[in-house]
Amino acid sequence: MIDQLKRSFAIAKKDMLIFYLKGPVVIMGLIFPFFLFLAFLIGRNLSGEQLFVGLTAMTAFFTSTAVGPTIIPWECRGRTFERLITAPVSLTTVLLGDLQASLYFGLAVTFAIALPAALYLAVSPGLTVFLMATLLAVLVFSAMTILFSSYPPTDVPADVMMLTSLVKFSLLFISGIFVPLEHLSPYGRAVSYLSPLTYYVDALRHSFGKGYLPLWADFGMLALFGIFFFLVGVTVHRRVLEKRFT
Amino acid sequence: MEKAIEAVNLTKYYDSFLAVDGVSFEVKTGEVFGFLGPNGAGKTTTIRMLTGILKPTKGEVRILGYNMLSEREKIKARERMGIVPEMANPYVDLTAMQNLRLMGELYGMSKAEIEKRSIELLRTFDLYKKRDVKVRGFSKGMRQRLIIAMAMIADPELYFLDEPTSGLDVISARLIKDVIREEKKAGKTIFMTTHNMADANELCERIGIIRRGKLIAIDTPEKLKGLVKGRVSVEVSFEPMKFDSSILSSALKVETMGDKVKIYTNDPDATVKELVRYAERENLRIVSLRTLSPSLEDVFMELVGGKND
Repeated sequence: MIDQLKRSFAIAKKDMLIFYLKGPVVIMGLIFPFFLFLAFLIGRNLSGEQLFVGLTAMTAFFTSTAVGPTIIPWECRGRTFERLITAPVSLTTVLLGDLQASLYFGLAVTFAIALPAALYLAVSPGLTVFLMATLLAVLVFSAMTILFSSYPPTDVPADVMMLTSLVKFSLLFISGIFVPLEHLSPYGRAVSYLSPLTYYVDALRHSFGKGYLPLWADFGMLALFGIFFFLVGVTVHRRVLEKRFT
Repeated sequence: MEKAIEAVNLTKYYDSFLAVDGVSFEVKTGEVFGFLGPNGAGKTTTIRMLTGILKPTKGEVRILGYNMLSEREKIKARERMGIVPEMANPYVDLTAMQNLRLMGELYGMSKAEIEKRSIELLRTFDLYKKRDVKVRGFSKGMRQRLIIAMAMIADPELYFLDEPTSGLDVISARLIKDVIREEKKAGKTIFMTTHNMADANELCERIGIIRRGKLIAIDTPEKLKGLVKGRVSVEVSFEPMKFDSSILSSALKVETMGDKVKIYTNDPDATVKELVRYAERENLRIVSLRTLSPSLEDVFMELVGGKND
């Protein structure tokens, strides 16, 4: 078990060296959330706390979902995937490595943005809640990429990117970033509960003492989403693995 | 002698298409086994079932005593195997050294072991000077040498090599063949597929031939050659090169090959005499004249019917 975890870290290091600087990762993980934040900011009279929550949530969500979905399609296209899975590692270990690559990228960029943003906006979130919520949320979004990369079993990264973007944008707009949960209609609120981002945004608002749902519910739902994404992702990957070679 | 590979009734369907049909064979420890077949015959599907990438629809695979259908045992077996998949690439955005380090880490080796073994392999494969260069700039031969080095990182006792010399320049192909011979000398077991009959003849102690998913022959190269009757040939080259096949009453078939003619015959003695008489009559100089026993290529062509599957 520990041995397989060590090997998954070797896979994560490889992913970091290869995929962090790929064009689509930089565009979807860094440039895109920046412009989306500008669109969120301009023309609206928002408090520093609202801006901080919006910026941090969008950064965490986009950066941690930028790398993962395309790794396996890229590996298949580059004819490196068969070499990787014939090494003495299980498919779960490979996917854990890919998850870690998303996790470290998401955490590094989110903290690199959130810290100066907090100083600039002169806001001070509760550190424990902020750190725990961000760590858990980035882990959940990284697990989500394991599911994203599982189907269709393609070697064309653009196919996966297209489908992933569709899901990500749908989640972004229903997650209480643009309209807080308490201002949503009951129907809108019910829909927003389908998105893991909702619970992260709410937990971030808790770090300023303003959440809508109980904090334990936010953390609990994030954990459930994370487990669900990873388990379903691994299962689908297992089912379609042979299709990647035929 | 212990069995390194045991395949029992291996069968693989892709939907309704039967790719491999009840293939059974064994490879002994320390043996170099060649697996031949035309394109689409089922070689790669078989090797993928043996290495645990594909799950057989039916049948069993044991590698080094491990059941490859069990996830846990498969990983244990792979720790003792080196695999070169067909058309595999190293990571082109990493250097040769980084590729080797990655493989070493995946095999659970220590840092010091990885460094020592990597340098040894980079020297063996003539890549040491390029160790810190990204693989993107490597030629096909260099990439293939690196892929084989990656498979050798943990000094495994069994290798699966899918077309290890396919499409390579003479120098890279020879280097790889030399390494295969060295590994054989060191007692390693090697299972290889190849389209190159000369390589198979040179390297393999036993050969299996697969056609349309079925194993149609399995034996030593020399015994396989014995399966082909009436395939003795006489190869001749004249100067000036001029040849009329109608003068040969003993010829079964005549093939022109560049500046030579190859005559298949049941009676090489009669054919040689006819050729010498023809040269004297036409005032031709005999540049070369030799009798050839059936080649592995002849056996292959005879058994697979000269067509791809």
